[in-house]
Amino acid sequence: MTLALQQDGTATRKAKRSNLSSARLRAAWLFLAPMMIALAAVAGWPLLRTIWLGFTDANLTDLSQSQFIGFENYLSYYDGEAYGVLVDAEWWNAVWNTLWFSVISVGFETLFGLLIALILNAEFKGRGLVRAAVLIPWAIPTIVSAKMWGWMLHDQFGVINEILLGVGILSEPIAWTADPSTAMWAVIMVDVWKTTPFMALLTLAALQMLPGDIYEAARVDGINPIRVFFKVTLPLIRPAIIVAVIFRSLDALRVFDLIYVLTSSSTSTMSMSVYARQQLVDFQEVGYGSAAATLLFIVIALLTTITVLAGGLKSGEGEQS
Amino acid sequence: MNRQMKSILFYTLVIVVVIFSVFPFYYAIVTSFRSGQELFNPSVFPTSFTMGNYFSIFKEQPFGLNILNSVIVATSVVVLSLIIAVTASYALARIHFRGRGLLLMTILSVSMFPQVAILSGMYELIRSMGLYNSLPGLIIPNTVLTLPFTVWVLTTFMKELPKELEEAAVVDGASPLTIVRRIFLPLMWPAMVTTGLLAFIGAWNEFLFALTFTLSNEVRTVPVAIALMSGATEYELPWGNIMAASVLVTVPIVVLVLVFQRKIVAGLTAGAVKG
Amino acid sequence: MGIRRTLLGSAVAVAGMAGVAGYAMAAEVTVVCGSVGQGAKLCKGAATEWAKETGNTVKFFAAPASSTEQLALYQQILSSGSSDIDVFQIDVIWPGILGSHLADLKPYSNGAEDMHFQPIVANNTYKGKLVAMPWYTDAGLLFYRKDLLEKHGEKAPETWGDLTASAKKIQDAERAAGNNKMWGFVYQAKAYEGLTCDALEWVDSFGGGDVVNADGDITINNEKAAKALSLAASWTGTIAPSGVLSYQEEDARGVFQSGNAVFMRNWPYAWSLGQADDSPIKGKIGVMALPKGGEDGKQTGTLGGWQLAVSKYSKDPEAAASLVMHLTSKKSQKQRAIEGSYNPTIAELYSDADVLAASPFMGQLKDTFTNAVARPSRATGSNYNKVSNAFYNAVHDVLSGKTEAEASLAKLEKNLKRIKRKGW
Repeated sequence: MTLALQQDGTATRKAKRSNLSSARLRAAWLFLAPMMIALAAVAGWPLLRTIWLGFTDANLTDLSQSQFIGFENYLSYYDGEAYGVLVDAEWWNAVWNTLWFSVISVGFETLFGLLIALILNAEFKGRGLVRAAVLIPWAIPTIVSAKMWGWMLHDQFGVINEILLGVGILSEPIAWTADPSTAMWAVIMVDVWKTTPFMALLTLAALQMLPGDIYEAARVDGINPIRVFFKVTLPLIRPAIIVAVIFRSLDALRVFDLIYVLTSSSTSTMSMSVYARQQLVDFQEVGYGSAAATLLFIVIALLTTITVLAGGLKSGEGEQS
Repeated sequence: MNRQMKSILFYTLVIVVVIFSVFPFYYAIVTSFRSGQELFNPSVFPTSFTMGNYFSIFKEQPFGLNILNSVIVATSVVVLSLIIAVTASYALARIHFRGRGLLLMTILSVSMFPQVAILSGMYELIRSMGLYNSLPGLIIPNTVLTLPFTVWVLTTFMKELPKELEEAAVVDGASPLTIVRRIFLPLMWPAMVTTGLLAFIGAWNEFLFALTFTLSNEVRTVPVAIALMSGATEYELPWGNIMAASVLVTVPIVVLVLVFQRKIVAGLTAGAVKG
Repeated sequence: MGIRRTLLGSAVAVAGMAGVAGYAMAAEVTVVCGSVGQGAKLCKGAATEWAKETGNTVKFFAAPASSTEQLALYQQILSSGSSDIDVFQIDVIWPGILGSHLADLKPYSNGAEDMHFQPIVANNTYKGKLVAMPWYTDAGLLFYRKDLLEKHGEKAPETWGDLTASAKKIQDAERAAGNNKMWGFVYQAKAYEGLTCDALEWVDSFGGGDVVNADGDITINNEKAAKALSLAASWTGTIAPSGVLSYQEEDARGVFQSGNAVFMRNWPYAWSLGQADDSPIKGKIGVMALPKGGEDGKQTGTLGGWQLAVSKYSKDPEAAASLVMHLTSKKSQKQRAIEGSYNPTIAELYSDADVLAASPFMGQLKDTFTNAVARPSRATGSNYNKVSNAFYNAVHDVLSGKTEAEASLAKLEKNLKRIKRKGW
């Protein structure tokens, strides 16, 4: 009797619970619907179209004449020679350039971003102004800031050489963007300057959302602040930093304007996006360029998956069933 | 003594960071007051002062209107994408359902194509929706392309909030919408403001769509207006004008940050509630 | 404009607006002529004048200042078959690229193209159709410091060899005298279309041909071309700053106009800016055709300039073509030559007294324009950008010392053959 009652009780509770969770599930899909509809309606078609065009010989001269050609844009043989994106040395050069650029610049940005976020998180006078000042590089349109740096890095009338010469660091002006050995570093430097604020701001938001009592406890216990940072703060803000790194990497792997303005389509700095654009727009090869864009997509998707897995972004944390 | 040293070190660091960030902007301001031959002068300090560049950008095109367009587009993008993202990220972060990880990756894949590759598909779409050469034609694609970012960031932050927060509310039978509004929104301010600011700047600076989806100067945004400036011939770069325009369009962003950064701090006090 | 014409013009305009007269229905024509600046202002004036005369209306589309961005935008608009823009301004190398989307202007021109420079007209003919009317032209020139040449007892260079020697001598002497920012020669050597122009001039002046000849044969891999490029490579870091490898037109002008270079290769636009009141080298500039390759070489300059074309998808091609004819007419070109120093494409105007009075410099240019070498855009059609890209990257490698000229040209030939595999 009691047993039966008990069982009955669990059952109703279970039923109630599953009612509740199915209600929550319904709410979840309802909440997700606007986003999914928006993405599918606006982004879906252009993305699928690009993938499809990668399998055609579409050309801007006459788009209506395009025909399905299978994987020919990726790899094909003609007169005993291999053609296609996959065997194009320039494409692989662009892939390496991009990877190198992304790893180095995102690395620096994460480091500097964290440092600046810690500064901005501290209490000091004029903090608001410093915050605004730090965000300025991110606020200037890239097409302008890239040109601006091109001007400032100029070997003859650029202010950077002028300053370095004046201080005595350099004995003669350096042609930063012309020399293949410095060109990529110049591009990286400008990118770090421009996008560190993005990292800093996201990291700062993560720091601000940390519960204050953790620090209180640590302070009372007299633990070394550096230890607190590595043992407490960093693990807590790690998910936010990883998400910031992912989005920075997505942008870095697709870098275009900066390289295009500073060094044009020179092979020593050509990125995957510059390559894709050259094919799509400058060369009118919509089919081939779309194939390159699709490959770019695959490269990025692989790298992102690796980052997400390696970063241990568990989807399990803090969830409710 | 030790304390003093520390604060000296700290302020030196602050100054270095500020100089590195602001110097190019400072140089842009200096350059915007130069004209003609002076533009090739590499001096760090102001060497001449003419307002001519500032007047001429307004004289030759509806630059004021372009700024207004940028404000409308960027604000709409932020508001729309935050509204869509907050609810979606609640579902993604706090409700367990199958295929959630896959869904998150699918959302992210939207940000994995180079913009130039989806440009012509987007162009056709915008035209078929009848939004060509109008501000909604810029707002919609920009909102959608910002969504992966806003959704991911908000989801991450929302996951970090402790479980206990909503448990009581769930038991009390509060609807998910109420939970989002009453419990999460107040705690999410720092994340919302930060994401909003970054999304705002992203939309403010967007160039390729803004150029391709518009036809007349009256609906163009600031980056496009700057790209249209030319000298007497196509070779001559009207550098002074471009710098003046850049200075003008950066100021609103600085003001925006100054206003909203208080909200980022507000999170600190809100953070004390949870525990 | 006389009072009578104004009156007549407005009468026609009124009639057109009311739609009473026997004129065709008034059309609205959207035209791209210039971005934001002097050129656009002149174009707007002339187009508005046409609108008044014909009773049609014109709308203006401001294009991005950068020509690569312009081309990208036009391709997007045209390939979707949109009728939003009726009249386009197109670069001299674009007829082959955009030709399939442009209307034949022959039926509307009444033979007007006959008075323009014939090489440009030929350039604007795509598959037998006249797809664009010449609007204004340009060609590469050599600018030099008259005062410095005189001071050091040098005369204007006849060959590139002379230029190399004078540049070196003057640069060294000036540096010894304390001007350590002085360079011998500046030009455009960034990896972009401008380098194709510069390199084509070097190669052509040595008799090395024009990369791909009129029949579509790849001719670039020859000794003369290699000789030209080897000489140019010897300039990097000696008489030219090594930064020249990332110079565009404005970078070169910035150095030259600040008084820090003896010679400069640039387009005619640099003249009026160099002669402006605030220019440190005002009155010290000489201009001439570019030097010959050697004793048996020739003087040459790469042909630049812009054309006006009508979209095939235009709703009213007749009105659009009529506007193009008006804007490229002798009268409009004369006005542009006088008020904006745009070089006419009509030979007659180079002996026009009014034009010469406004810019005496223009008389000298006629020979340069008639001797100018065209980039191989006609032979290579829609593949031109690929050819140019392969060419300037090959040249850039030679200039930066990455490869020897012979090896680079051999590789270039192979690349061009790959591009040509299905025909141009």
